[in-house]
Amino acid sequence: MSMIAALRFLFGFALPFVGCVPANAYLAYISNEKSNTVSVIDTSTWQVTRTIKVGQRPRGIAVTRDQRYVLVAASDDDTIQMIDAKTHRVAGKLPSGPDPESFVQDPAGKILYVANENDNTVTIIDIETRTRLADVPVGVEPEGMAVSPDGAILVCTSETTSMAHFIDTVSRKILANVLIDARPRYAEFKPDGAELWVSSEVGGSISVIDPLKHDVTRKIRFEISGLRREAIQPVGIKFTADGKTGFVALGPANRIAVIDVGTHLVSKYLLVGHRVWHMAFTPDDRFLLSTNGLSNDVSVIDVASLKVIKTIQVGELPWGIAIARE
Amino acid sequence: MISLQHTNDRRSRWQKSLRHEAAVAAAVGRRAAVWLGLILALSTDLVGAAEFKIGYLRVPDVKKAVSPRDVPADDNGLAGAKLAIADNNTTGRFLDQRFSLQDVSLEEGQDAAAAAGLLRNSGISLVIADLPGDDLLKAADANRDILFFNAGALDDRLRGEDCRANVIHTAPTRSMFADALAQYLAWKKWRRWLLVAGSHERDRLFADALKRAAARFGAKVVQERTFEDAGGARRTDSGITQIQRRIPVFTQSAPEYDVLVAADESEVFAAYLPYHTWDARPVAGSAGLMPKSWDAAHEQWGASQLQSRFVAMFSRPMTERDWNAWAAARMIGEAAARGHGESLKAMIAFFKSPEFSLAGFKGQRLTLRDWNLQLRQPILLTDGRVVVSVSPQEGFLHQVSELDTLGYDRPETKCKLK
Repeated sequence: MSMIAALRFLFGFALPFVGCVPANAYLAYISNEKSNTVSVIDTSTWQVTRTIKVGQRPRGIAVTRDQRYVLVAASDDDTIQMIDAKTHRVAGKLPSGPDPESFVQDPAGKILYVANENDNTVTIIDIETRTRLADVPVGVEPEGMAVSPDGAILVCTSETTSMAHFIDTVSRKILANVLIDARPRYAEFKPDGAELWVSSEVGGSISVIDPLKHDVTRKIRFEISGLRREAIQPVGIKFTADGKTGFVALGPANRIAVIDVGTHLVSKYLLVGHRVWHMAFTPDDRFLLSTNGLSNDVSVIDVASLKVIKTIQVGELPWGIAIARE
Repeated sequence: MISLQHTNDRRSRWQKSLRHEAAVAAAVGRRAAVWLGLILALSTDLVGAAEFKIGYLRVPDVKKAVSPRDVPADDNGLAGAKLAIADNNTTGRFLDQRFSLQDVSLEEGQDAAAAAGLLRNSGISLVIADLPGDDLLKAADANRDILFFNAGALDDRLRGEDCRANVIHTAPTRSMFADALAQYLAWKKWRRWLLVAGSHERDRLFADALKRAAARFGAKVVQERTFEDAGGARRTDSGITQIQRRIPVFTQSAPEYDVLVAADESEVFAAYLPYHTWDARPVAGSAGLMPKSWDAAHEQWGASQLQSRFVAMFSRPMTERDWNAWAAARMIGEAAARGHGESLKAMIAFFKSPEFSLAGFKGQRLTLRDWNLQLRQPILLTDGRVVVSVSPQEGFLHQVSELDTLGYDRPETKCKLK
C-alpha cells in the first residue's frame, strides 16, 4: 500500500478535500421526508448549521428566483410552505392540491407548477398573490416537473401512467403525451432546450425526448458490473450550465452516472450514499450535492475533478435539495 | 376515473330502468332489454375508443379467521381490480382507451366454467380469477379463448404440472412464500425449525413447501407436529383460557429449536401460537412473521401512494388479494397502453417479452416467468404491524433474476405450456 493510499484509507473522504480552495458560502436546503425538517448546510464549512421544523412529509424543495423564500412541499399537509430565507421560519403557504410532491417555477419566478401526486393534477399557482390559478388533469401519480428555458412548455411525468405530458403554459392544455419506460420520476431540459431528459425509475432508463417533435430519440441505459439490472433506478437529472455533462442519480445503485451529453454515453460512475435521488449544483457550479435517502446523508461532488469529496449527515430520509444564491 | 364513473352511472340508470320495466310487465321488460342492447351497441360505436372489458370471477371468501381483524371484506380482491381500472382509465384518457370491470360472484355449487362462458358470450376475453385451483382449471380448459389472471390460488401445481397457456398468475405460490421466509430465517441463522401444520390439505401443501425451502436454504426441521382441526367454536367466552392451557402443552417437549414455523392456511390455530409456546421462541409462517404479496403497512418504493389511493377509495386497508388483482388489471392496462392489446396472442407475447415490466411498488420491475406465466415479485415479510423484511435476501444469487430464487425455477419446473 502506497503512502497516499494509506492516508486515503486513514482519512477516508477527507483527504482529497485538503488541497481544495474553500468553497463559497451558500446555503443548501435539504428536505428530510421522515423527520419533517429541512436541514441547512453552509457550503463554506460543509456543516449543518440549522434544522428547520416544517410540515409533514416534506419532499419537493426550491428557492424562489428572488431568493426570498425556500418553498417546500409538505405532502401530508396538502400544502407548500414558504420558509423565509433570512429568518428561516415558515412565513406562509401556497395553495396546492392534495399531496403535493414536487414543483417547478417558470423562468420569471412568478408562476409555480405543482404535481399533486394523489390527485392526478398539476396545480398552477401565482407565487406573488399566493393564489391558485388553475388545475390541469394529468396521468396517475404526477411527479417530475420541468419548464422549457423559454417558459412556453411545462412537462409533467406521471409515474403509474408512464407518460411525459407536454402542456402549453399559455393555454394550459396538453399538447402531447409521450409514453416512456415504467415509472418516470424526473424531467429536465438541457440548458439550450434542445433535449428533454426523463428518468424511468422502474424501467431503468433515461429517455431523451425531442421537445418539438415529442419523440423519444434515444434511450440511455446503465450497466454497473456486480450490480443487477433491477438495482439501477435512475431518478434525479442535472446538467452543467454549458450543457455538456449530465448527471443522473441511480437510486439503490448508490451511484451517480456522469454522461457526455454529446454522445449520450456514460463516462463515469460516482459512488455516493445509499439510495441517491435528487441533486443540486452550487451557484458557482463547482460542486454537486446529492441526497442519499437511506444513509441519511448528502454527498458533495467536486465537479471539475468528478470526485466525491465529502459526506454530510442530515435528517431522516433526505428527499430533495435546493441551494440559495447568497 | 371519469369515464369509469360515467359508465357506472349509466349502467345503474339502465339497471334501474330495467327493474322498473320488469315490474310493469314481462313483455315490456323484454322490449326494454332490446333497447338496452341497442343503446349499448350504439354507445360503443359512437365513442370509437378501444374498450377493454375485464371480467372478475370469484368464489366469495369464507368469513372466518382466528383474529376478527383478519376477516376479509366483501370486496377483498375486487377492490384492488377496481383501483387498477381507475388507474388504467386515467391513462386511457390520453390514449383513447377505456377499461371496465364486470364482477361475477359464484354461489355455492355454481359452475365456474359455465360462468366464464357467459362472460365470454358477453364479449369478455380477459378474466381476473379468484377461484380455487380446480375451478380455475375447469374454467380455463372450457374457455381457451379467455386469458385468465389468477389472483387467488397459491397452488404450485397450477404453475407446474397443471399449468395452462391461458392462465397468468399474479398471486405468488406457496413455494415462493416458503422460500422468501426461509431466506430470511437463514440470514437470521434460525436454522432449527419446529414445524406445526394444520390438518387440512392446503395446510399440508404449505408445510411441504416449507420443508422444501428448509432443505434448499440450509435449515433443519427438528420435528413436525400436526394440529388437528377438531372443529368447534373458535371464539367463545372460555376460548382464551382454553388456548392459554392448550397451546403451551401442544408445543411442550420439543427438541431444541430456534423458531416455530406454522402452516395454517385454514386459519384454525396459528394466530394463537405467539406468546403461548412452551419455549420462548419466535413464530413464523402463518402467524408471527408472515410472507405476503402485500401488506397495509408496506410504504417503501412509492407504495404509500398506492395505499393512500386505495384507502381513499375503499375506506379499508389494502390486502394481498387486492394487490394480486390490482397487478392483474394493471398488466392489462400496461399491454393496452403500449399497443399490444389488439389480441390475446399479442398480449401474451408482450408479457413474455423482455419489453414488459410492471411497476408494482415492490422496489424493482416485475416481469413474467415465460416458462409458466408466473409474475416474478419480491415477497414481504410482515408481522401484521410493520414490514420486517423483503425477500429475496441479499446474497441469494441467481444467474437470471434474484427473484427466481423464490419458488420453483425453470430447470425444475414440470410445466409444459399448452
